[in-house]
Amino acid sequence: MASVSIRVYCLETMTTTPLLQLESLTRSFPGIVANNQIDLTVGQGTIHALLGENGAGKSTLVKMIYGALRPDSGRMWFDGRPYAPANPATARASGVGMVFQHFSLFEAMTVAENIAVALPAELAGSDLPDRIRDVSASYGLVLDPFSRVDQLSVGERQRVEIVRCLLQSPRLIIMDEPTSVLTPGEVGRLFTVLRKLRDEGRSILYISHKLREIRNLCSHATILRRGRVVGTCDPGAETPESLARMMIGNAVRRHIRKVQEPGAVRLSIDHLNLPAATEFGVSLKDISLDVRAGEIIGIAGVAGNGQDELMAALIGERRSTTPGAISLDGAPVGNLGPTRRRAMGMAFVPEERLGHGAAAAMSLTENTLISARGRRNLARRGVLDFGAAKRFASEIVSAFNVATTAVTRQAGSLSGGNLQKFVIGREILQGPTVLIAAQPTWGVDAKSAAEIHTALDQLARAGAAILIISQDLDELLSVSDRFAVLAGGTLSAPRTSEDVTVAEIGMLMGGATHEQQDDAA
Amino acid sequence: MELAVNIILGMMLAATPLLFAATGELVVERAGVLNLGVEGMMVIGAVAGFIVTAESGSHLAGIVGAALAGAAMALLFGLMTQVLLANQVASGLALTIFGLGLSALLGSGYSGLSIPALARIEIPLLADIPFFGPLLFRHEPMFYLSILLLLLTGWFLTRTRAGLILKAVGENHDAAHAIGHPVVLIRLLALAWGGALAGLGGAYLSIARTPLWSEEMTAGRGWIALAIVVFAGWRPNRALLGAYLFGGVTILQLHVQGLGIAIPSQYLSMLPYLVTIAVLVAISASPTRAMLRAPGSLGRTFHAQG
Repeated sequence: MASVSIRVYCLETMTTTPLLQLESLTRSFPGIVANNQIDLTVGQGTIHALLGENGAGKSTLVKMIYGALRPDSGRMWFDGRPYAPANPATARASGVGMVFQHFSLFEAMTVAENIAVALPAELAGSDLPDRIRDVSASYGLVLDPFSRVDQLSVGERQRVEIVRCLLQSPRLIIMDEPTSVLTPGEVGRLFTVLRKLRDEGRSILYISHKLREIRNLCSHATILRRGRVVGTCDPGAETPESLARMMIGNAVRRHIRKVQEPGAVRLSIDHLNLPAATEFGVSLKDISLDVRAGEIIGIAGVAGNGQDELMAALIGERRSTTPGAISLDGAPVGNLGPTRRRAMGMAFVPEERLGHGAAAAMSLTENTLISARGRRNLARRGVLDFGAAKRFASEIVSAFNVATTAVTRQAGSLSGGNLQKFVIGREILQGPTVLIAAQPTWGVDAKSAAEIHTALDQLARAGAAILIISQDLDELLSVSDRFAVLAGGTLSAPRTSEDVTVAEIGMLMGGATHEQQDDAA
Repeated sequence: MELAVNIILGMMLAATPLLFAATGELVVERAGVLNLGVEGMMVIGAVAGFIVTAESGSHLAGIVGAALAGAAMALLFGLMTQVLLANQVASGLALTIFGLGLSALLGSGYSGLSIPALARIEIPLLADIPFFGPLLFRHEPMFYLSILLLLLTGWFLTRTRAGLILKAVGENHDAAHAIGHPVVLIRLLALAWGGALAGLGGAYLSIARTPLWSEEMTAGRGWIALAIVVFAGWRPNRALLGAYLFGGVTILQLHVQGLGIAIPSQYLSMLPYLVTIAVLVAISASPTRAMLRAPGSLGRTFHAQG
């Protein structure tokens, strides 16, 4: 009898010892307490959501768990033992893995090399490529170990990160907004992977802005606001609205665009053909689309089906040999470069905010000069007017609630969501007649996303034509009037967003496109 | 035949110090650090090697002393750029000027002295093979050392895990840091290696090639070594080619003058740099340039973030 009761007791201790426990974790940076007395408990074999706006302190917290930052005070336990990782390698050795939001990949190196660099030496032997194939196949994350990372799409790069993490057999996996670049099908597959990992007894600390996902996937949630824990809950028992309220402190108005009578055609794409720039690229085939004044058109599609190529063609980074393939208010611009197109009234928000939308090492003021020099008169006779640039930067910061201490701060020092608001604000406040935006709310919290959507709506009401290329279907459906799908470099006929169902869109993106994606990978 | 052997031998002699310095700088740049102080480290290696050899009577001690002196210079640069986060270009230029001045000061009592030249190793039997014997098997030990260190570097960068990590640090130091590799430590080690090799390159001049010390005897070879690294597209096998090509050009100008061909020698002195420019242009025009491009974090200051 005694032995039985002891066994029961042991079993109970095992199941009740949390995998990770944090007590009063505090970390300050100059001028801000990023984490203030954080308590957090992650159970064994659970998927635990970490929710909060941009700047709520989620990144700081997970960096401490991952050993990339040391807490000022407070204690951590991992599997019942005191845990104080000195660096990420110690954390990984203890069984904590992380999939980063900004991918920590090495562009000029192969997938296998990227993975080897992050693994302990004993796991990085010559059989690594085979194990990469095994893991990626068993979890449905197709990867060629020998392709170079700079040739991969954003979605494929994330697979590298995930496979890299899984190869270390972690017991706790920290995932920082893993679905922000995935299509619905890919999200589904990722969730299958995550549930499989949970059923294997691992735990996942899941950071996301997508409340519906969290309700679907997570059994526990901890909500952070301004560096403090403001609540814990079972997300399945909450509604998206109640979760959002806890997160931002006031209710989110879900923006639904009222369709208005569109005006004249402002942006016209007419039988645009563009061969792939590299053997890994996608050729654009006979793309035609008219965007009218006052209209917002969304383009959906699985990553790597020509979005990058279409964006490059629209921006003018790749020029068409037929000037008439793209025209602006009737004037052919297909053969013009980005500066000429901007001068004629176009504005662009590229997908990658760091390195494409903004220069990380330059101040916000300097970053206004990159695109707004002409339309906002930030230069006089070729001499930059820093006073005007600074005023414009301040205008963006206040109009779009960019959280930063000064416009002299480096763009790279802003959090992803704040920088996105800055880049979008910079383009919208130039008063363009045509705005082209890729992933306008990637990595942005719900409140800021709503603000960005409202700003886009207002710009359209003022008579601009807007084209949004995004992989976030919810976003496209709620913001756009009409809606088309890019698959394999061809564009479907636009549909009215109100009439189209998610199932239909899935059909358009289609099985064929997924196969194509896998082939490309 | 005799002339051909002499020309090729001269080329090898001219190439060896370049090869030492370029091999070292290549590792440094693959780790993401741009150390323009190669010339300064070489000249310090030259004077240190000469002084230690003269005082101790041991060439080996001189060679070791030169490597240590070069590494010390490199670590000074490392302190400035990796710990105190000073600008790498400015610090590298300062290191060269500092090295030239310090070596002149240290060596002031030694100019005009001479030491026994480093003896050649003649490998029995092989050294007697016509043509190839004198070329390959009748050299100072430092010649063999230069080749050995290049092969070692090539093996390290392409075949070892440590080499992979070093390249990762040079490619994206933020990502390497996020993964948990000690960026600053790895760069300091790379710098020390680069400095030691630059020191050996200098010592080759003052101990083996012309066993005497004169001020500024490196005569711009450090800059050529930097050019070789770019020419080589940051790859060791091409660095060997570059060192011998650029060494050959220096020798060529002597022979051209000897043969009375009317080309001003300045044109030939320019040649290595013109070739480097041409290679840079060719790299940026080539579709495979990604294979040859500079490490992603080269010359950028690393601020450890959170």
